[in-house]
Amino acid sequence: MQKFIEHQGLVMPLDRANVDTDYIIPKQFLKSIKRTGFGKNLFDEARYLDKGLPDADCSGRPLNPDFVMNQPRYAGSTILLARENFGCGSSREHAPWALDDYGFRCVIAPSFADIFFNNCVKNGILLIVLYEKTVDQLFQEIAAQEGYSLAVDLPSQTITKPDGTTIAFEIEDSRKNVLLNGLDDISLTLQNEADITRFEADWQNKAPWLFSQVCA
Amino acid sequence: MAGITLYDKLWNSHLVKNLDDGTSLIYIDLHFLHEVTSPQAFEGLRLAGRKPWRAGANMATPDHNVPTTKDERSRGVEGILDPVSKIQVKSLDSNCLEFGISEFAIDDPRHGIVHVIGPEQGRTLPGMTIVCGDSHTSTHGALGSLAHGIGTSEVEHVLATQCLVQKKAKNMLIRVDGELGKGVTAKDVVLAIIGHIGTAGGTGYTIEFGGDAIQSLSVEGRMTVCNMAIEAGARAGLVAVDDKTIDYVKGRPFAPNGELWDQAVTAWLELHSDADAEFDRVVVLQAADIVPQVSWGTSPEMVAPVTGKVPDPANAPNDTKRNNYLQALKYMGLEAGTPIQNIKLDRVFIGSCTNSRIEDLRAAAAVVKGRKVAANIKEALVVPGSGLVKTQAEQEGLDKIFIEAGLQWREPGCSMCLAMNADQLGEGEHCASTSNRNFEGRQGFGGRTHLVSPAMAAAAAVHGHFVDVRDVELH
Repeated sequence: MQKFIEHQGLVMPLDRANVDTDYIIPKQFLKSIKRTGFGKNLFDEARYLDKGLPDADCSGRPLNPDFVMNQPRYAGSTILLARENFGCGSSREHAPWALDDYGFRCVIAPSFADIFFNNCVKNGILLIVLYEKTVDQLFQEIAAQEGYSLAVDLPSQTITKPDGTTIAFEIEDSRKNVLLNGLDDISLTLQNEADITRFEADWQNKAPWLFSQVCA
Repeated sequence: MAGITLYDKLWNSHLVKNLDDGTSLIYIDLHFLHEVTSPQAFEGLRLAGRKPWRAGANMATPDHNVPTTKDERSRGVEGILDPVSKIQVKSLDSNCLEFGISEFAIDDPRHGIVHVIGPEQGRTLPGMTIVCGDSHTSTHGALGSLAHGIGTSEVEHVLATQCLVQKKAKNMLIRVDGELGKGVTAKDVVLAIIGHIGTAGGTGYTIEFGGDAIQSLSVEGRMTVCNMAIEAGARAGLVAVDDKTIDYVKGRPFAPNGELWDQAVTAWLELHSDADAEFDRVVVLQAADIVPQVSWGTSPEMVAPVTGKVPDPANAPNDTKRNNYLQALKYMGLEAGTPIQNIKLDRVFIGSCTNSRIEDLRAAAAVVKGRKVAANIKEALVVPGSGLVKTQAEQEGLDKIFIEAGLQWREPGCSMCLAMNADQLGEGEHCASTSNRNFEGRQGFGGRTHLVSPAMAAAAAVHGHFVDVRDVELH
């Protein structure tokens, strides 16, 4: 898994609350059996004016000029700023895959949905929760200054703004550790193989009906 | 010392160990798989040379992509016209074969929506931990099991280790006191709850639903409520085990029997929160205040009573919400102040893991019986949740009632809930839908979803617009 240690990049402001994972990547693109190639369909319904089809070439599709992603000043953004409850809805990991494939390394919002949060950590994407007031301030600063970029430093848990001032953020130790080290958590869990086996034997003893589920 | 909650009991009984970083290793009893979120997980296992930890703890079925027309379904997997969907369904078949996982394939009579067939088959049992790469896995909490959705990386993790690394959630109790009025269903209860606490109200919590109104619901009704816990932001929803739960499970194909049954029931009867258990948050609603609900916007929290109006963004509590309301009204093509009953409809969808069980179909049939679908409704679909629900409905003659009224009787699957197959809304079309999400584009590019109960959807089909189902005479 890719690590997240530090990152500096342009910030794209998506002024929208409750951005759901259908909005991030619509269902027709979930038919793929791969993990890659979703970036061109990130925010598909907002980004293009026509209906997107799986496996189709997107280079000639009409762009929605009103959508923030199509404004030249935000081209090449790698940090996304959004409103509360980002990533709600479906558990599709295709949402972080699409963000990653497009090039987003970090999302900043006042709150995130639980499943989406986990899915991002598993893909080396850093989600940063900031107070609504701070997010508001960032929206204003981005609007006022073209080329607005932020520098995110995970070890020190700080964001540095263009004027040099910093914002501190919180993150759970477990998530920080996974992101900093790019850990493969299946290997990590399997280090506890003996504990799992012991638990399973004990559990089978207590609840044997769970281990004999055959069709009557 | 205070008593413990149902969630804490389930957590404690499945705790393998607490890890140094504040997370825990939790044992998973049952893992459901479907075609959309599993291919990359199986590929991960293959690349790492790993095998499932306990193949028997998994059960698969293709549901998201499957067509629902008789013509396509009569030819099994080969009948799927969409070549991309066909590859995905075939991949599930071959992955299950390769990794020794039992599957109810597309042509199995027991096939259906994974959250319908799990409980129907008795695979879902009280006291289990259950996961699936689908957020509506919360449905299974209706039987007193700890069940929630996971992403594809976690699907691979559960396959390989039979465990998940988790951080314990907080406890929330949502109590609905008193008796529900006539025509007010489980769907209205959960929509009213989401309208009350918001789509992020349950984030970070496991929600236990309790109180007289929840206890009075059938197990199927409780599934409808728990199904939409995720729409309130909670990964898992729970209802305590009672006699109804035990009766529901008894005699199902995969349920224990004989001595094991007796042993299981003894354990299951402990699956409730202690009377003196403390919750981090308690929310109380009065059942008498809940009337049939209709969603007007693009988030499940944007609901109004059928007797109400589309709200005015000017009255939103803050700027973020006001923007949210404005964006929703623009997408939905609605004006603030429009009475809900004046919203014109183009299509009706009765189905999904929220509302496609036999009781849902009976409720819808009772409304349309002897009536006709309104002229302005282009299409009204009834999609049973499973092959067995379909058979049961046909034995009861419900299919004939629907067909005579002008609704289409389809083969089981997720269908227009997420429109991965051909069942989709056209741009700008309004749909009365018994599904769970009214997000932009969810039911088709530019489609406009209104979430309602099966009886409300059926009444809307007949009238061509929303009506208060409490005023409709049932047959």
